[in-house]
Amino acid sequence: MTLTPRARRAPGTAFWVVLGAAAPLIFLGIFFLWPVAAMVGRGVLPDGTLDLTGFGEVLARPRTLRLIGLTLGQASLAALITSVLGVPIAYVLYRLRFRGRRVLRALIVVPFVLPTVVVGVAFRTLLRAGGPLGGLGLDGTFGAIMLALVFFNVAVVTRTVGSAWESLDSRQEEAARVLGASPQRVWWTITLPRLAPSILAAASIVFLFCSTAFGVVLVLGGARFGTIETEIYLLTTQFLDLRAASVLSVTQLVVVVVALAVAGRASRGTATAQRRVAADTSARVLRRADAGAIAVTILVAVFLALPVVTLVVQSLQTPGGWSFDNYRHLAGTGSRNALAVPVWTALGNSLTTALTATLIALAVGLCASVVLSRRPRARRWRRALSGFDAVVMLPLGVSAVTVGFGFLITLNHPPFDLRSSPVLLPIAQAVVAVPLVVRTLLPVLRSIDPRMREAASVLGAGPGRVLADVDLAIVARPLLAASGFAFAVALGEFGATSFLSRPDRPTLPVVIFRLIGLPGGDNYGMALAASVVLAAVTVAIIAAVERLRVGTIGAF
Amino acid sequence: MHTRHKFSSSGGTFRGHPLLRATALVVAAGLALAVAGCSTQPASTASEQTPSTIVLVTHDSFNLSKGTLEEFTKQTGITVEVQAAGDAGELVNKLVLTKDSPLGDVVFGIDNTFASRAVEAGVLEKYSSKDLTAAEDQYLLPKGSGREELTPIDNGDVCVNVDHEWFAKKGLAEPVTLADLIKPEYKNLFVVPAANSSSPGLAFLLATIAAFGETGWEGYWKSLVGNGVKIDGGWDDAYYVDFSGPSSKGDRPLVVSYASSPPFEVPKGSNVAPTGALLDTCFRQTEYAGVIAGTKYPTAAKKLVDFLFSVPVQNDIPENMYVFPVNAKATLPEGWSTYAKIATKPYVVSPSDIDKNRQTWLTQWAAIATP
Repeated sequence: MTLTPRARRAPGTAFWVVLGAAAPLIFLGIFFLWPVAAMVGRGVLPDGTLDLTGFGEVLARPRTLRLIGLTLGQASLAALITSVLGVPIAYVLYRLRFRGRRVLRALIVVPFVLPTVVVGVAFRTLLRAGGPLGGLGLDGTFGAIMLALVFFNVAVVTRTVGSAWESLDSRQEEAARVLGASPQRVWWTITLPRLAPSILAAASIVFLFCSTAFGVVLVLGGARFGTIETEIYLLTTQFLDLRAASVLSVTQLVVVVVALAVAGRASRGTATAQRRVAADTSARVLRRADAGAIAVTILVAVFLALPVVTLVVQSLQTPGGWSFDNYRHLAGTGSRNALAVPVWTALGNSLTTALTATLIALAVGLCASVVLSRRPRARRWRRALSGFDAVVMLPLGVSAVTVGFGFLITLNHPPFDLRSSPVLLPIAQAVVAVPLVVRTLLPVLRSIDPRMREAASVLGAGPGRVLADVDLAIVARPLLAASGFAFAVALGEFGATSFLSRPDRPTLPVVIFRLIGLPGGDNYGMALAASVVLAAVTVAIIAAVERLRVGTIGAF
Repeated sequence: MHTRHKFSSSGGTFRGHPLLRATALVVAAGLALAVAGCSTQPASTASEQTPSTIVLVTHDSFNLSKGTLEEFTKQTGITVEVQAAGDAGELVNKLVLTKDSPLGDVVFGIDNTFASRAVEAGVLEKYSSKDLTAAEDQYLLPKGSGREELTPIDNGDVCVNVDHEWFAKKGLAEPVTLADLIKPEYKNLFVVPAANSSSPGLAFLLATIAAFGETGWEGYWKSLVGNGVKIDGGWDDAYYVDFSGPSSKGDRPLVVSYASSPPFEVPKGSNVAPTGALLDTCFRQTEYAGVIAGTKYPTAAKKLVDFLFSVPVQNDIPENMYVFPVNAKATLPEGWSTYAKIATKPYVVSPSDIDKNRQTWLTQWAAIATP
């Protein structure tokens, strides 16, 4: 395959690219495509013969059309709102220099890891008639779902855009300003186009996350708003109507592919080479002109903090007044023996699982990103790459129920007899985290000026050396951001986790879900305290990761 | 997870040949999979008569005190490995889907609303515990819906719970029956979890179907909606957000929950229950155990079913799973006989009717309750 003029003459490159693509493809093939295909197969090939009549019938139901409409509407609106709000916050947190910005960057991820069922209850406590925000009349409405989706996903935009923005060389903007362009003009004609690939990447992730939202829709919509996801859950786990479920799974796949194609088309041409600099050199102190962005950041921060503070306050309330009792009880197994292990043990399980998942996701995601960042000349290779891109992103847009049930019917024979194996859990979490890693790294890798690689080759570097000294040196910083993010995703993942977690080794979100689902004594308070702990641990780890210095960036 | 150290050594910074390193990681992950895959199958190497381990597949709420299952190991030399598989519906559907390569040897947690599906799909061996007596006859399923395949283990009622304190303060008489709930004096006081996303929600729908019949239940639900019933997504937000009880934040004094919920609301040192269950509004859920068809160890599996029905396990069930044991010889823990009441005439719908009509009923219900 042809990459760059220089690379074509280097014999080893094609081999490396194919190998780099093979690893993620094999991984996703075994742990995602095969299980999903098997589940869809059960629906459309009930007796070994292809039966596609379900498509016409299920898609013609008015209920199905309404669900598809709601899913698309909710996901696109959430993607739009989070993008509009997320970009100014990314600016404040990644381009401005002020005390505490690292802590804020870590704090903004808190919503992302909080268990939906707990946040759902926290939101409803605020919004219900008679609650502190009951006057808004949002309880059980589409607006409440939207608030929660924005709450959970704003961090996706902030971090994805922020990590690309912080290393963007600001001299172009400065030159334009010197030449007399207004700040608005600089933003619309220079900065925004440079950021567009990252914004679109983030928006497509949010879109996919929201199109498969489950708990949020159920708890905040008061069971009135179904989506494709809730319907697949109902059809598969309650009705065992695999025919209809597979129609909806295929619909989900189509939605994902179309969404990616639209995002891809929109970003085509925007992915231009950018000068990149060491992250901290581009940040500057606050100015009066930043007031707008800062105001948005403060407003969103208050909005994000409100349910979290509610949670913290409630976790400190006990029948006997204010106390840390709920936290003290975390060393135990809950009222009336609700849990198999103490909550702290579950936290340990969560951390080791999430760490393993992060490392898998980074390895797979890095391979995939490097391959995807190449720009082959031949049309068929470009097509192959965009197909590969879709495969990497699919896990975000396909139902955890379909994947989970798929695991059961595929990974049951050697060499993949993994159904009850503890390694399946980090793998499943990694499958969900890979798209985030790729979407964080790819915009940065694509913006590397090919001439830099050519220069390195001309100076005698082999393809491996070029990769190490150009691509990876530049991507090191975003890679750290991606690892923190992947870790948070793995830590908070619930859909696949609840499906695969073993009773003797439960993770923290599973334990929280169990505590809040059982009436009695301290269990509810413990669920709140455990959620606060989950959030605090996430913030601490992400902040620590962000503190790591990556020295290689200044090397070119 | 002994491979973790290998992974972490290549975490932080990037030196050497990155792509090689990344590839090595993936290969290492693959190897780890293969190793772990081999090490989790101790059963397949053991002899057929006495396996070293048998697998008990359960619903998520399964829980016993530490040491209870170890008692089985002491008696038989067999270790029990528990695997949770979702709620009762997910559990049964997973068994049906994996019929060709069963998830385990024994299943616990199939309830009367899903029993029929499991039996018709042929995922259970014909065995019910030899220790059952006439005293447990009331819990047996009809023929063809599980009488020969399933052994009752526990049962619990789903009933409307009432906040006594709220009604006493208002000086309003508490409702007693399902029909009372549509009276104007109880307007906007009742909250239920949705029948299509919550298992107590489904149980309550079935209670109303049993009470008002195939032709009457839809009309009843229309009246409930007209009387301001609130439908929530799940049991937890109905109970904790909208119900007005002591551990809740809401303002509705009537909620669908379990008959075993009121004991947990009694404050420490008090003997007055602030909430109660309306015993004329209950649907009884009975949970069963059975031997999974295709098990390599039918003898051991039958022993485990018998063990789940035995008195030590039955005595351990209430405090761990919030339900009543079925074995007539079991004794209830302190407090249960006072605060946890059992309905004398719970509503009943036959398992085969439930299985046949589940989808239709839920679709009709959704059209009325969540338009």
